Amino acid sequence: MFPIVLLSVFAVVLLFLGFLKSRSVLLPATLLFLVAALVANFLDWNKTYLYFNSMLRTDNLSMVFTAIVLLSSFLVVALSGSFEDDEAAQPAEYYAIILFSLVGAIMMIGYENLVMLFVGVEILSVAMYILTGSDKRNLRSNEAALKYFLMGAFATGIMLFGMALLYGASGSFTLAGIASYASHAQQGLSLIFYVGLLMLLVGLLFKVSAAPFHFWTPDVYDGAPTIFTAYMSTVVKTAGFAALLHLLAASFTYVYSFWGIILAVVTAITLIAGNVTAVYQNSFKRMMAYSSISHAGYLLIGLAALSAQSRQAIVFYSLAYSIATISAFGVLMLVTRQRGMQTLSSNPLSNESFDAFNGLAKQNPLLGLAMATSMLSLAGIPLTAGFWGKFYMFSTAVERGQIWLLVVAVLMSAVGIYYYFRVIIAMYFRDGATEPIRISPVFRYVLVAAIILTIGLGVAPGLLQGLF
Amino acid sequence: MLTLALILFPALTACLLLLTNSGTTRQLAFGAALIETALAIYAFSTFTPNATSQFGFDYPWIPSLGIRLSAGIDGISLLLTLLTGILVPLIVLSTFNRAYERPGTFYALMLFMQSALMGVFTARDGFLFYFFFEAALIPIYFLAAMWGGANRIPVTFKFFIYTIFGSLFMLLALVYLYYQTPATTGSAHSSAIVDFYKLKLSASAQGWVFWAFFIAFAIKMPVFPFHTWQPDTYVESPTPATMLLAGIMLKMGIYGLIRFILPVTPIGIETWGQTAIILSVIGIVYGSIIAIRQRDMKRLIAYSSFSHVGLMAAGVFSQTETGLQGALIQMLAHGVNVVGLFFVADVIYSRTDTRQLDQLGGITRTTPKLTVYFMIIMLGSVALPLTNGFIGEFLLLHGVYSYNHYLGLAAGFTIIFGAVYLLRMFQKAMFGPTTARTESFADLTLSESWVFVPLVVLVFWMGVYPQTFMKMTEPAVANLMKYIGTTAISMK
Repeated sequence: MFPIVLLSVFAVVLLFLGFLKSRSVLLPATLLFLVAALVANFLDWNKTYLYFNSMLRTDNLSMVFTAIVLLSSFLVVALSGSFEDDEAAQPAEYYAIILFSLVGAIMMIGYENLVMLFVGVEILSVAMYILTGSDKRNLRSNEAALKYFLMGAFATGIMLFGMALLYGASGSFTLAGIASYASHAQQGLSLIFYVGLLMLLVGLLFKVSAAPFHFWTPDVYDGAPTIFTAYMSTVVKTAGFAALLHLLAASFTYVYSFWGIILAVVTAITLIAGNVTAVYQNSFKRMMAYSSISHAGYLLIGLAALSAQSRQAIVFYSLAYSIATISAFGVLMLVTRQRGMQTLSSNPLSNESFDAFNGLAKQNPLLGLAMATSMLSLAGIPLTAGFWGKFYMFSTAVERGQIWLLVVAVLMSAVGIYYYFRVIIAMYFRDGATEPIRISPVFRYVLVAAIILTIGLGVAPGLLQGLF
Repeated sequence: MLTLALILFPALTACLLLLTNSGTTRQLAFGAALIETALAIYAFSTFTPNATSQFGFDYPWIPSLGIRLSAGIDGISLLLTLLTGILVPLIVLSTFNRAYERPGTFYALMLFMQSALMGVFTARDGFLFYFFFEAALIPIYFLAAMWGGANRIPVTFKFFIYTIFGSLFMLLALVYLYYQTPATTGSAHSSAIVDFYKLKLSASAQGWVFWAFFIAFAIKMPVFPFHTWQPDTYVESPTPATMLLAGIMLKMGIYGLIRFILPVTPIGIETWGQTAIILSVIGIVYGSIIAIRQRDMKRLIAYSSFSHVGLMAAGVFSQTETGLQGALIQMLAHGVNVVGLFFVADVIYSRTDTRQLDQLGGITRTTPKLTVYFMIIMLGSVALPLTNGFIGEFLLLHGVYSYNHYLGLAAGFTIIFGAVYLLRMFQKAMFGPTTARTESFADLTLSESWVFVPLVVLVFWMGVYPQTFMKMTEPAVANLMKYIGTTAISMK
């Protein structure tokens, strides 16, 4: 509740700050606002409140998800470096849009009413359409934005249709109302109910880029400016999974036999499509897009099992994944920028390829370490947070007895190691003509923080225990 | 608490080494490794020979899941911690005549590796075991891929993917076992390895768990047909990394067999043990035959190691007390011998720039010291009586023979073939006419001699008086036999 109010006010303030001549105040102001929202988020700790006619709920779980989203945005904004090297950029507007979109994300995390979910999804999505197309003179960015907008609007439409059908069947928009209708599952529910649930799921699965609704992801992630790709692949995913988790756990546990198997199949397809396609990519950024699809697959394992462990598994996984992804994209931004200056080629395709990382670690040990930690974490190697994320996910599936799904996941993890290690090999073992890259202090702090968080959670995964 | 020191001390010193990058780095690393040796020897000498776990520690790690940071040393761990403690300083010492780029990182990775290995051998929690099992892979991968030979990148990559792939199946098995342990409201499941022993799994579940573990450990050791990563990786890695791999790391596989497969899946072994033993014996014969044809010294030793490890696996799968004892003793002996052999290859390579046997010869004319040490270690590998290899191989063959006569016979070829390829290597390298490359061959330097001295002492000690080591493991092995259904064949 507090973060929503604060972020809305701060975003408006930021827009006005944009009138100032100096851009330099924007970055610290935004970071400060995010910290304020993060602190305010925890004011309700250990209490459960319902707001806005019981349409929004804050409890420990939603606060933890909100904190992850805010932390991710903090890291992303810190890495944006107030867009100092881009004359055409409008940092005030970007930051304001980010803050507004966070309001949507928080609504998706804490909704108790499907209308609230819809409003949240739309706020977040519209903000994303804009940010994707924010590099106005870049054709790829424009294409990505248009594609994202058209397909996203379509998916939202399906989702809304699903909500309407659910309302038709159960007579209620609230999660509790739908749950009480679904609890009569023995006497037979109307077909409309199942169709509605299915359409709602399709809409949300589209947002988290699960296969077979993932086709927009590579183009959009690739076309968007890297900083917003980092934002999209972390915040949107976390919020989307929080929404799915809340939806399924609160309203649809009675009809698990219906959607459990559907989600399990979607999970398997997502894992295979994401991982196998990622192997064939030559662009690091595109690889990360497919990798984000594959991680949607791992997160879906926890949903498809929906066991006692699922909440914890999804929280931990989202956090581990977000940190690793942001630091990887951060390093990519620096490398791309430097390559662009070195080769004087504005062709981003070659600057974002795996070859751009050749020999990086020799001249830039910090960048190498940050990237290596991220890749190890995404690959799920022990000593990093990603390992425990996968571990929690696998244990939810075992608890549910979905061994076949687990075998798919294990095989795909092995595939994943292949493409994540291509980056490590390029950085550490190949020779390339990279000079030391100048790293601004903020950037350095973010990367160091990401390394410490990833390894810290990897060594002591119990830290997050018992919070929610 | 001693266990905690054994695990943490190398890791902490490694962090400090990362900050140094000068000529004294290797002295520091050597000093740290010596302290670790002292700790390991202290643990060995104060160990009470019974079936309990000693010097342990136990803290909550993930409280709500009942996963604990719990480790300790029992009879099965003891010899391996000793091996790790003794070999690492020797491996560090063996690098004193070489200058590796970025020594800080190089030696730090070796100590990180040692830390993880100590963790693997002492972990008493299934997930802690897995954690260290994988964590050991990262330093060795970087060691091999950063300082290795020309073809290092694809070769080490294959090694990494291969082993991780296997371990993932072990993770599956561990998670499955974890959920089979009883949980009541208020207390979570348990991942303690002893609780896995108490499970009464169905026969089919045991079969699956058996294979999941077997693939992981068989790749690590490696057992035929999972060995294809091994020769290339051993050859392309820098020799210290090869020594770590062959001397200590492959023991993780054997140790895993003893620690997990035997007690957790007794019915699984009843069903599938024969398949596993046949694969191991195929590896013994196949590895030996290929070793005979090798010209590259390092590759030859790699295949010999592959062959020897097959015998250890077969001994474990024979489920006899002698076989198990033999495997434990042979792990120590093989670690000592293989490190010695790889070091000989490294010494020769550093002076002649070649490892090809047909370009070598006549080295013995100028090198009395090297010849003697090489001879002793080579004979230890051949399993000559009064050397360390004899005790282990004898017990192992006895175990396999009592399991199945024909398999025992086939496994016995390891001794004959071993003699053939090792003596051939010795003869081709050391005797005969000198070649252009070996004309001015200098004998061992002081630091090189000091690598060999402890190894040679161990070769004789274990060969002449193995009781020092056997009495430590006997109670633990006897305890382990209680979980195995078959009749135990006493070794006395």
